[in-house]
Amino acid sequence: MNERTIDVKNLDYRELNRTIREAVAGGVRSITLNNVLGQRFIADGITAKDLSITVNGVPGGDLGAFMDGPSIRVNGNADHAPGNTMTSGTIIIDGDAGDCVGHSMRGGTIMVRGNVGYRVGIHMKQYREQYPKIVIGGYARSFLGEYMAGGIILILGLDATEAIVQDYVGTGIHGGTIYIAGELEDHQLGVAAVRKDFTEDDLQVVTGLITQFNAQFGTDVDPAAITFTKIQPMSARPFSGLYTTER
Amino acid sequence: MSVANYIPNKYDVVVDPSRCRMCGRCEENCSYGVFRKEQDRIVTFPSNCVVCHRCISFCPADAITIRERTATYRHHPHWDEESREDIYNQANTGRVILGGMGNARSYPPIFDRLLLDACQITNPSIDPLREPMETRVYLGKKPATVEITGSGRDVELKTSLSPNLKLETPIMVAHMSYGAVSLAAQKSFAMAAQRLGTYMGTGEGGTHPDLLAYKDNIIVQVASGRFGVSPDYLANSAAIEIKAGQGAKPGIGGHLPGEKVDAEVSRTRMIPVGSDAISPAPHHDIYSIEDLAQLVRALKEATDWKKPVFVKIAAVHNAAAIAAGIARADADGVVIDGFKGGTGAAPKVLRDHVGIPIEAAIASVDAKLRNQGIRNEVSIIASGGFRNSADLTKAIALGADAVYIGTAALIALGCRVCGKCYMGMCPWGIATQTPRLVSRLDPIEGAQKVANLITAWTHELQELMGAAGINSIESLRGNRDRLRGYLLDENILEVLDVKTVGA
Repeated sequence: MNERTIDVKNLDYRELNRTIREAVAGGVRSITLNNVLGQRFIADGITAKDLSITVNGVPGGDLGAFMDGPSIRVNGNADHAPGNTMTSGTIIIDGDAGDCVGHSMRGGTIMVRGNVGYRVGIHMKQYREQYPKIVIGGYARSFLGEYMAGGIILILGLDATEAIVQDYVGTGIHGGTIYIAGELEDHQLGVAAVRKDFTEDDLQVVTGLITQFNAQFGTDVDPAAITFTKIQPMSARPFSGLYTTER
Repeated sequence: MSVANYIPNKYDVVVDPSRCRMCGRCEENCSYGVFRKEQDRIVTFPSNCVVCHRCISFCPADAITIRERTATYRHHPHWDEESREDIYNQANTGRVILGGMGNARSYPPIFDRLLLDACQITNPSIDPLREPMETRVYLGKKPATVEITGSGRDVELKTSLSPNLKLETPIMVAHMSYGAVSLAAQKSFAMAAQRLGTYMGTGEGGTHPDLLAYKDNIIVQVASGRFGVSPDYLANSAAIEIKAGQGAKPGIGGHLPGEKVDAEVSRTRMIPVGSDAISPAPHHDIYSIEDLAQLVRALKEATDWKKPVFVKIAAVHNAAAIAAGIARADADGVVIDGFKGGTGAAPKVLRDHVGIPIEAAIASVDAKLRNQGIRNEVSIIASGGFRNSADLTKAIALGADAVYIGTAALIALGCRVCGKCYMGMCPWGIATQTPRLVSRLDPIEGAQKVANLITAWTHELQELMGAAGINSIESLRGNRDRLRGYLLDENILEVLDVKTVGA
């Protein structure tokens, strides 16, 4: 495979991305970025399906935004909105990530080994064969899956030093499913979010994701040992009874 | 058992039997079920009428009369009909009142209190029919300084320029999404824009494949719901617009009800059929100007810095300061949408009571950017209820580079401003997805009408410029000395930076 390693110390994001784009255009399909320190927009809008990028360090916000296809692995923490509005591809973060992970993502997979911030998976949506998935190893803060319109969010709560999820879980949800390891208090559920029975089919879905998670991070999470709470929308039309028409 | 508060019919629909030929076209054309053909007469149900004029337009015998019904209530100067009826409606339902089109209260248009100048003797006016009259506009960043190398005729530009949009007329068609309007309506706009060398906006609904032929004249929108936003969507455009707000409903998001999301709309928005398309009130990755800069740059990175990125806001109290922030966030244009801007659906209370007039917003944004020395960093695109070429000429004289027309373009297609766009039953084939209704709008004819309107307004703009002795739109922009305020108070004159008539 055509590989390339780039030391991006002191490289600004425009130069960094230009280097990636040129390398991809030249046939490179495996890129390692060393000494990444806060550069934003890495692999933003890249559409090479068979490209893999290893990020060593801490990337800035909007990692892989709008991207359609590549696989990114971050050995370190990520800032906010990795996978923002991404169409397809994979982002694996071996560390923590900030707010709005997977903002409006439409397809692909994001896995975070550690904890994440607020509004993770906000407005992620599914479309035909595209079915976005987010797996978080640790805890997630408030407004998880807000406005969620499709796909799956799975929160494992491993080694959680604070509540696995906070308040307003799935508030405004009108599509998709959230799985949370453990119990949820009623007051933590957001508007239009309801608990549903966790079935055999759900166990299969969760097991598949956990198998991938274990393979990525070398963990040995056993789905059978966890009691999951499943959250889904009350309906696909949560706000349909809100309006009357002007006379 | 409770009885709902009765709200009297607004209109009388009368079919004159001496003229009626019983052809049944009224019944066939009315999508609201006002007419029913019985054996020997047409029965009407006026409570369904929205005054869309479809029946009148298609009655071959001119037999239909629609009259407003008045004097239903005891007159009271404070408790007008509208207040009382809204209360009945909400007492019956407990719901938020939803309305279509723009602000429906009679706030006086400032445009109607502004008068344009003309030359007399001391400075010759220009006849645009026989002399050059430049209406070409470039939207985007202009360099503060220009560096060249070489000398004489052999010079080369050293400064690297930002991408600009070239418009042959300062009039563009505003963002109206596929879903809110029909594909036939969008095609009409796209064809007209291409023919005239201007642009149309997709709104927040993705780009239907049928529009790709017009991609060089399309501005794609990235709104808070991110519907249809993919690398292809961004690539197939002339420019990108981040929608942060809308003049008809500042501060709130959008909501396309699931029943309007059919197979085609679903494909374009990239959501399942029948699912609500909800756009959050804010972009949740933008809580500050710094965050805005991040989205602007993310979009530019995704398109290799080859496309201008505009940011649209509703005209609100602090529009000027926000626009200055937008100019510093790497954006290439700021779109300001005034409080008379249109919409397919908005809560009535927001539509009618939130925001500020576009005239004041243009003037204050332009002044703020000039005062801070960053006017060249962004173009100003104004929108929100422009009714004629005089409105847009005055908008440019107040400081706008270009304007968007939305409702006016719809009216060109036959819209009668009935304000029921959200019902999805538009009998003119504009604000509907019902194939039977959409087929009534022929995009080729529609494009001709929209192109005619823009051409006519551009001619009138040239006439107004020529009368004022101005032969280039660049010399009209921000030229407030060619405006005078008529019966405007001192405060508003100060905001507009316009002198009173006679001064």
